[in-house]
Amino acid sequence: MNFDWHYFFSLFTQLPAYVPITILMAVLSMILAIFIGGFLTSLQLSPVAPFRGFAHLYISLFRGMPTLVQLFIIFYGLPQIFPALRGLSAFAAVVFGLGFKQASYLAEIFRAAVNSVDKGQIEAGQSLNISRSKLFLNVVLPQATINALPATGNTFVSLVKETSLAFTLGLTELFGDGKMIAGESFKYFETYLAVGIIYWILIVVYTWLQHLLENALQKPYRRTANVINRSKEPVSENRPEASLETH
Amino acid sequence: MKHINLSAEEGSVTAFVGPSGSGKTTLLRTLNLLQLPSEGSVKVGEITANAGDLHKKTIRDLRQNSAMVFQQFNLFKNMTVKDNVAKPLIFNGLANKKEAEETALNVLEQVGLSGVAEQYPVTLSGGQQQRVSIARAVAVHPRVILLDEPTSALDPELVESVLRTIANLASKHVTMILVTHEMEFARQIADRAVFIEDGAILDQGPADDLLSGTRPGRISSFVNSLSHPTIRKEA
Repeated sequence: MNFDWHYFFSLFTQLPAYVPITILMAVLSMILAIFIGGFLTSLQLSPVAPFRGFAHLYISLFRGMPTLVQLFIIFYGLPQIFPALRGLSAFAAVVFGLGFKQASYLAEIFRAAVNSVDKGQIEAGQSLNISRSKLFLNVVLPQATINALPATGNTFVSLVKETSLAFTLGLTELFGDGKMIAGESFKYFETYLAVGIIYWILIVVYTWLQHLLENALQKPYRRTANVINRSKEPVSENRPEASLETH
Repeated sequence: MKHINLSAEEGSVTAFVGPSGSGKTTLLRTLNLLQLPSEGSVKVGEITANAGDLHKKTIRDLRQNSAMVFQQFNLFKNMTVKDNVAKPLIFNGLANKKEAEETALNVLEQVGLSGVAEQYPVTLSGGQQQRVSIARAVAVHPRVILLDEPTSALDPELVESVLRTIANLASKHVTMILVTHEMEFARQIADRAVFIEDGAILDQGPADDLLSGTRPGRISSFVNSLSHPTIRKEA
């Protein structure tokens, strides 16, 4: 087997230098995607038909095109039509391109998450005269956030990996650096394997952090305290005093 | 619903009874405008809502006067028991945080649940959840509390605690309109009963009389069928 272990391990001291730019691109794209995705969800849930139509068109368009094509349209195509965009950096083009695209996936995830909140709670809020905006912010949004978290996390995982497309716009990030190193050393297998493992480590660490967050946020929905509560049965200690014959 | 003409005295308890699908719940929800009427009007306290002229403000004003208790409790799952009761007061500008929490604890004490104030709804039994839901309705001091089959979703052993809570409110002359299949309970605590079938009021009168099972007409066969369910043997 022609595998250079020494070279392979040495890559783990070189390649991580490009991890920060990879993470920065992914995080900025994700923030943009969350804002646009949230806005699209509000359009999707709007009673105004043209708003829903626009959201539908946006989602269809950005989900239907390959990411690479979108990045090329933004980086190479748009400056042709809008000269003011000639100074657009590859970094910004990647952040906008990935952000716009992932927003279309997030919009669908957010819409499903909002719709999955039990309608009975909304009715209860309405019957108690709580305004729609207060109900949304205080009842629907906290629960929808938890519902949306696993799928949103998956979107972020995809995004981290898609940042490797930035190399096609001439931006050196983790994959781009690996490609150049491989080109110099001709040790393709060792290099790309190391690059792949570093992406994998990033995803594993992120998944662990998300798991911690989900656990913390799901606290109100856990039934564990129920066992203690039922065994103590505070009801019997502290019953309403009236009897059925009081009226 | 058709030809509905109904009024409930302040401080009284009115029970809507009738077969499933007869329109009891629809009528109750109309009183809170969760279901909008296509014609006629609903008046709670000084607020009148006329069908065809239902502005947002009218709906909100009318709902300020009433509160609803649902069959499935419908507690806010992301809030503690205390917040479930306190937050509607804060959101409606009826109290500041401190006052709202004091009111919440006080009302929870009345329904025997002050001990679980810091717990989340999912940790409670169905009966406890329903009593929190009643406490939440009581806390906003509505002119009338509308209860939609408050014990129907409960295991039999949990029904009693909820009925006691409702009876407790009745003894304090809290105005209530109640949809129920608990005939004996309704007979004991309600002042008036309204028998609804096929979207129309077939009979109404003093609960003691209407639900006795001896009044002539369809109401008796309905009441008796609930009191003494019979199963015909297959031939």
